[in-house]
Amino acid sequence: MTETTRPVLDIRNLRVEYPLANGTTLVAVKDTNLVIRPGEIHALVGESGAGKTTVGNALMGLLQAPGKITAGSIIIAGKEIDLRTGRTEGIVPGRDVGAIFQDPMTSLNPLFTVESQLCEGMLTHLKLSSREAKARALELMKAVGIPEPERRLGSYPHQLSGGQRQRVVIATALACNPQLIVADEPTTALDVSVQAQILKLIRDLADERGVGVLLVTHNMGVVAEIADRVTIMQNGAVVESGPTREVLTAPKAPYARTLIAAVPPIDARLDRLPVPSEETPVTLDARAAVRRKSARNETGSREDVVLSVRDLAVEYGGRSLLPGRKASVFKAVKGVSFDVRRGEIFGLVGESGCGKTTVANTIAGLVTQSAGSIDFQGTALGARREKSIRQSLQMVFQDPYSALNPRLRINAAIAEPILFYKLASNADEARQDARTLLEAVGLPADAGTRFAHAFSGGQRQRIAIARALGPRPSLLICDEPTSALDVSVQAQLLNLLKDLRDLAGLSMLFISHDLAVIRQMCDRVAVMKAGEIVELADTETLFTAPKHEYTRELLRLAPSVERIFGRELASA
Amino acid sequence: MATQSLMRRLPPVSVMVASLVVLIMLILVIFAPLIAPMDPRDVASYSLMDMEIPPAFMEGGDPRFLLGTDNQGRDLVSVILFGLRISVVIGLGAVVFAAMLGVVLGLIAGFFGGVVDGIVMRIADIFVSFPTILVALLISGIARAQLSAETMLAWAPLVLIFSIAINEWVQYARTVRASTMVEIARDYVRAAKVIGLPSARIMGRHILPNIMSSVMVIATINLAGAILTEATLSFLGAGMPPTYPSLGTLIRIGNQFLFSGLWWIAVMPATVLVILVLAVNVIGDYLRDHFNPKLMAR
Repeated sequence: MTETTRPVLDIRNLRVEYPLANGTTLVAVKDTNLVIRPGEIHALVGESGAGKTTVGNALMGLLQAPGKITAGSIIIAGKEIDLRTGRTEGIVPGRDVGAIFQDPMTSLNPLFTVESQLCEGMLTHLKLSSREAKARALELMKAVGIPEPERRLGSYPHQLSGGQRQRVVIATALACNPQLIVADEPTTALDVSVQAQILKLIRDLADERGVGVLLVTHNMGVVAEIADRVTIMQNGAVVESGPTREVLTAPKAPYARTLIAAVPPIDARLDRLPVPSEETPVTLDARAAVRRKSARNETGSREDVVLSVRDLAVEYGGRSLLPGRKASVFKAVKGVSFDVRRGEIFGLVGESGCGKTTVANTIAGLVTQSAGSIDFQGTALGARREKSIRQSLQMVFQDPYSALNPRLRINAAIAEPILFYKLASNADEARQDARTLLEAVGLPADAGTRFAHAFSGGQRQRIAIARALGPRPSLLICDEPTSALDVSVQAQLLNLLKDLRDLAGLSMLFISHDLAVIRQMCDRVAVMKAGEIVELADTETLFTAPKHEYTRELLRLAPSVERIFGRELASA
Repeated sequence: MATQSLMRRLPPVSVMVASLVVLIMLILVIFAPLIAPMDPRDVASYSLMDMEIPPAFMEGGDPRFLLGTDNQGRDLVSVILFGLRISVVIGLGAVVFAAMLGVVLGLIAGFFGGVVDGIVMRIADIFVSFPTILVALLISGIARAQLSAETMLAWAPLVLIFSIAINEWVQYARTVRASTMVEIARDYVRAAKVIGLPSARIMGRHILPNIMSSVMVIATINLAGAILTEATLSFLGAGMPPTYPSLGTLIRIGNQFLFSGLWWIAVMPATVLVILVLAVNVIGDYLRDHFNPKLMAR
């Protein structure tokens, strides 16, 4: 076997176990085989808990304390890992294996300059002089495409943007000429335009330097974009592995099929996402009950405007400590206008920091506008609101893990607003309503007796939706309701939200950064950039004939399986 | 395997011993009237004839008086039991009072922020810049001057509780304010706001249960401090009167005889005080480490 074809990573029959407190063991990874050759990008995909990150940690010797490799072998650049220590003789993490982590905000030390963080590894591992290290650092900064590399070497991480920071992280990973890079969700925290650049950078590095890359991700679009081969994992085991095109367009394993089918397509609108339905006679009964109770929403026609936002502006800061001095003001939203009609799902889409969440918070009353008007069912909304207004306007938040009070039983959390708005005459009746709502969102009725921590992210988001439906709102604001969830769970939740809209005559303001999700969900969409709406149109019009340059760019850059492989996908 | 994991979850031996000590002391305190051989508050139950008898295990000791007697002929076991009772009640009272005041003000400051926060926290800064002992001396001095000796006797514990708590609440207020600011940024509090719940309800039902663990930790650590402050005040003569002595009063009485060879009058109550404070501190430190998210193993 010649030097060039020798795999940089060869994992055979890997098994990782975590002994648990109750005496049993959790098998995090089992029977996993994975080979990466020089210059190859191998994607490892799966939902949370599939074991993909554990594989990455195992090969870098970063397994957390009780976790151990109990069987199999890992060979990095021809050298085998010592199973007892979890380390490889002659392989130093940082020198021979580079790491790129998910969050560029936390993977750099805020107290040191870029230069010192870049040089640190070279000084210790390569025994370079500080002059040589500095020269090489500059070279690396140029290689990863950071503008003004000389000046940026002296910067601290907080002076760089997220994309620049991730470039620095990549430069650090490359510093000692590793043969293998482990990239764990390297672009998840980044906007699409930055993501596209970073992905291209990783692809170029693999092609030009012959580095092998293990790309851990949950995003099928990213996989389609840059990976040569892909391995799909489920519950710690490999389900399917092969060349990217083959696996993504014609998956063989049933799980791989459902996983790929659950990815919302960006180029077509589906009535429902093809995931197994959770509808049972019980959910249907419960939904019928919810429908009867929210009958008041059905009055009025579809053309009625429920929410009318005019020239909305929101400013942050601005209160100076000293009188007479004008403090700097950050304009988060600059004159936004749109209408939401009855029974409509209206989408707001844009990159992080574009002001879409601020718009939602202002409408929900969590932030006060500095100018403009919000008209909700004929009432102007300000900081102080009538009880009936608050009742008709509910919200579902992004993070299912913090959206529920950890010290409150689910029943109590759902019953609280019902009792507060006197929609039930006593606590028993409210608890009955809570059970019905839980069933309507596809959870067992006895779920209410437990606390939030007993539920998964998707289940918690269902609970949050049930809680928001309790006061029988006419407008539901959904702020990135599925962006923290796995694709199959996301697909189910999107189907659920659509069903609930049809059922209760709800209008929705749906906020997302994910164009594919927006396409599946919304009737009309507004694209936001830097606090302004740049384009507002029917969803189909916007996606098929975008007018604004920015919209076109977003559509072009969004990584998507369909764009790369066309419509040859197996429609499972 | 099972026993091993059980061992790992149990607190260290020192903490278990400390808990046992505190538990025993609490039982002694609660049942003091039943356990104590005599009632030190009842003048008829003791006699000057028995004064200054050394502990039973020493030469000249009397088996009736296990730890000896004081200068008035009171049995030290009984006086200490009743003194411990007063010390613990005042300590707990001060902690509860300070915690309630601090938690309410801290919640309000953290929840509303802005001007309200500024006012509450500046008041806190002013309070904390006076030394505890000085303020307590002042308050009990004023109380003593204003109230008759009779009323002072009944009010002394309340005055002590008030003077200790008036300084201690600041610590609760600052911690609770900081924790509240963390919690209000979380989605469940924002959800409660969007639902339309009134502020008092969000604070009481949603935020408070989630910050109680840090309050409990401070309360435990402060309990030891409060008991010590009370002892100091009583030692300085600004606390409990000799007729209703706390541990500090007993040490003050004993202090006068320390160099006459009657060491037990001061050393016996002092030992009990040290053991109690040490035990409470050990538990407090353990709780602080246990609830510290930075030390918590994931």
